[in-house]
Amino acid sequence: MPIEVLMPALSPTMEKGNLAKWLKAEGDDVKAGDVIAEIETDKATMEVEAVDEGKLGKILVPEGTQDVAVNTPIALILGEGESASDAPAKSAPKKTDSPAKPVAGEDGAAASTGKPAEAAPEEMDVPEGTEMVATTVREALRDAMAEEMRRDPDVFVMGEEVAEYQGAYKITQGLLQEFGARRVIDTPITEHGFAGVGVGAGFTGLKPIVEFMTFNFSMQAIDQIVNSAAKTLYMSGGQVGCSIVFRGPNGAAARVAAQHSQDFASWYAHIPGLKVVSPYTAADAKGLLKSAIRDPNPVVFLENEILYGKTFPVPKLDDYLVPIGKAKIARPGKDVTIVAWSIGMTWALEAAEELAKKHIFAEVIDLRTIRPLDMQTIIESVKKTGRCVTVEEGWPQFGVGSEIAARIMDEAFDYLDAPVRRVTGEDVPMPYAANLEKLALPTAAKVIEAARAVTYR
Amino acid sequence: MPAAAKADKADKSVSRATKTAAWGKEQELKAYREMLLIRRFEEKAGQLYGMGLIGGFCHLYIGQEAVVVGMQMALKDGDQVITAYRDHGHMLACGMEANGVMAELTGRRGGYSKGKGGSMHMFSVEKNFFGGHGIVGAQVSLGTGIAFANRYRDNGNVCLTYFGDGASNQGQVYESFNMAELWKLPVVYIIENNKYAMGTSVDRSSALTDFSKRGASFNIPGEKVDGMDVRAVYDAGLKAVEYARTGNGPFILEMQTYRYRGHSMSDPAKYRSKDEVDKMRTERDPIERVRNRILERKLASEDEIKKIDAEIRGIVNESAEFATNDPEPDVSELYTDVLR
Ligand SMILES: Cc1ncc(C[n+]2csc(CCOP(=O)(O)OP(=O)(O)O)c2C)c(N)n1
Ligand SMILES: [Mg+2]
Repeated sequence: MPIEVLMPALSPTMEKGNLAKWLKAEGDDVKAGDVIAEIETDKATMEVEAVDEGKLGKILVPEGTQDVAVNTPIALILGEGESASDAPAKSAPKKTDSPAKPVAGEDGAAASTGKPAEAAPEEMDVPEGTEMVATTVREALRDAMAEEMRRDPDVFVMGEEVAEYQGAYKITQGLLQEFGARRVIDTPITEHGFAGVGVGAGFTGLKPIVEFMTFNFSMQAIDQIVNSAAKTLYMSGGQVGCSIVFRGPNGAAARVAAQHSQDFASWYAHIPGLKVVSPYTAADAKGLLKSAIRDPNPVVFLENEILYGKTFPVPKLDDYLVPIGKAKIARPGKDVTIVAWSIGMTWALEAAEELAKKHIFAEVIDLRTIRPLDMQTIIESVKKTGRCVTVEEGWPQFGVGSEIAARIMDEAFDYLDAPVRRVTGEDVPMPYAANLEKLALPTAAKVIEAARAVTYR
Repeated sequence: MPAAAKADKADKSVSRATKTAAWGKEQELKAYREMLLIRRFEEKAGQLYGMGLIGGFCHLYIGQEAVVVGMQMALKDGDQVITAYRDHGHMLACGMEANGVMAELTGRRGGYSKGKGGSMHMFSVEKNFFGGHGIVGAQVSLGTGIAFANRYRDNGNVCLTYFGDGASNQGQVYESFNMAELWKLPVVYIIENNKYAMGTSVDRSSALTDFSKRGASFNIPGEKVDGMDVRAVYDAGLKAVEYARTGNGPFILEMQTYRYRGHSMSDPAKYRSKDEVDKMRTERDPIERVRNRILERKLASEDEIKKIDAEIRGIVNESAEFATNDPEPDVSELYTDVLR
């Protein structure tokens, strides 16, 4: 049967074009790849190549014709012994349906939240009488890595100064000695490259822990974190993912100015395909890091330099895990909910202590995981208190607090007795001068002020 | 004579196939068949694009077939492949099914990524093909990481990491070169120098256009190869893969090749002359070269070759048929595969 040559679409947006010129005449032999015609679009002149072999039997659209719609038959190609009057092959496939419309979650949950919130994972019971060991956050993080490396030979750690130097902040202290250079790997200063190497190794099933000396330098590598680590599982239809932890100190240290003082919680929490964890206590640091290393997904694990040296009780258990995605009530209360995490918890707890003296009883939630966000715990608390203050070191615009405020409006608007208040870092690059730096950061006083504002007291 | 073609012929440093014994019938026919499958598949993809069945970007591999086919013939089971967005040829060469690749191009549920990746993002763990990446240069670090895993596991596998002349100017390529040589990773970097990155010719983008020397400051050896001759590719590939497999670290192969089509479907390719393209097609075409060799050496008759042609056409037509009739993914797939 003769084969119809159709007016081709030559760009994602082309709907019609002009048939500028025929380069073959009726009766000419054509081979696959031969240019048979020229077509003009609004952008360019393009060549049409034959895909099939045969004789150009009949030209259906003469040259010079304007506005020929895409998919209009423009010529017939004949096989051996065929004539143009034979019925043309209608093998032309039909155009695809219009793209599927995004659907809301089963219960019609708002598009902004995507899927309806899943039930938060269960917290592990610490048996009564368990010995609690005073441990710094630094030691807890190291212990978590060491335990997981003992447990699973596929876990390894790489980064700048992690091995021989024992870690720029001494988080990997002792790991080289115990696990050797094969599994504790000093990299060159090459964040973009080694983040990609980690993700590639993760694609094959290894479980890298990639340390950024600080998260400020992860901006060099953010393409590999977002475009490769977070999206590949989806783009591969579930075939290729990576179990990888990107970890390191996040946020402002002290007096290191703008390029070294930045909070990345909202940056990474924006990305579907990532989990984002940011602990406050040593116990949570240990239990969450162990969970992060075991998690089959990429996890961004945000630590805090100022907290590294702080001591907390850590349960002495063989395998202490804290679930990702579960917030914790750090201090119960009834008058106002304060949501914080990481270093923000120091300001939140200090504020709650002061507020109690004024008979304002704040419930302090330690978020621990930023993505997935444990809205269930926040909402339950807000239903009780009717008021909410969020605390974060990051900038105010498009921050985690903004997201929490929006979600409270979605899910608990009727329970609110006051607008949600955000306490954040000031909307400026971090200044160096001691007095200005202090002004740029949240403080317990700012949290107190916000709590009093929402409780009208 | 167009500059590109002339330069290639005159350049004595370019490896041309002469080192291994002449191929026998089986190898010549295999190379012919595999290259033809890619050529016909790509022509069909172009046609389906023209009909609006394939959307977005679609980067065809026509002209470059000898590179992946020759390299694939030099591999062992277990070796991995990773490349950028001009990836259909690589997938077919890895043994991925034409149906699944074409159905991904049309965004259907039977596609390798269930229709969620498209032309630029496809994977097959089974065939050790790791994508399919849309960010120019990203696959170079990723491939280096796959090689890192090979070394970590000491499994004797090599990762072929393909990238373009344009990608060769990305910073992470050199970060990867450094680590690969430092840690002696089993990776072969294959720079597919098809003379252009979109509309920018190599002379306009690159201070050093001899890409085989791009590893020099890391002590990585390199070789320029006639990428339009599948045997030359195979010979160089064997050597490079062996070098990497035996613990010597990375090797760079600059494949001198050429794409006949525009960068993507909507590129009218006004930055080069018709002559230049025609010269390449008529004088250097990788498929014609093998075909002529087969006929001259009487390894197969015209009829046998015609039979292969018909068989390939059948596979390709069936893939188009499948990719047209296979349903789009179920709407519930919108939310799957975000996390495991
Ligand atoms: C990081 C990044 N920058 C720019 C682009 C847009 N882009 C896509 S392909 C391309 C040209 C790449 O050329 P080359 O590496 O030579 O590969 P070829 O297309 O020739 O196979 C550009 C600039 C991109 N996808 N990613
Ligand atoms: Mg190129």
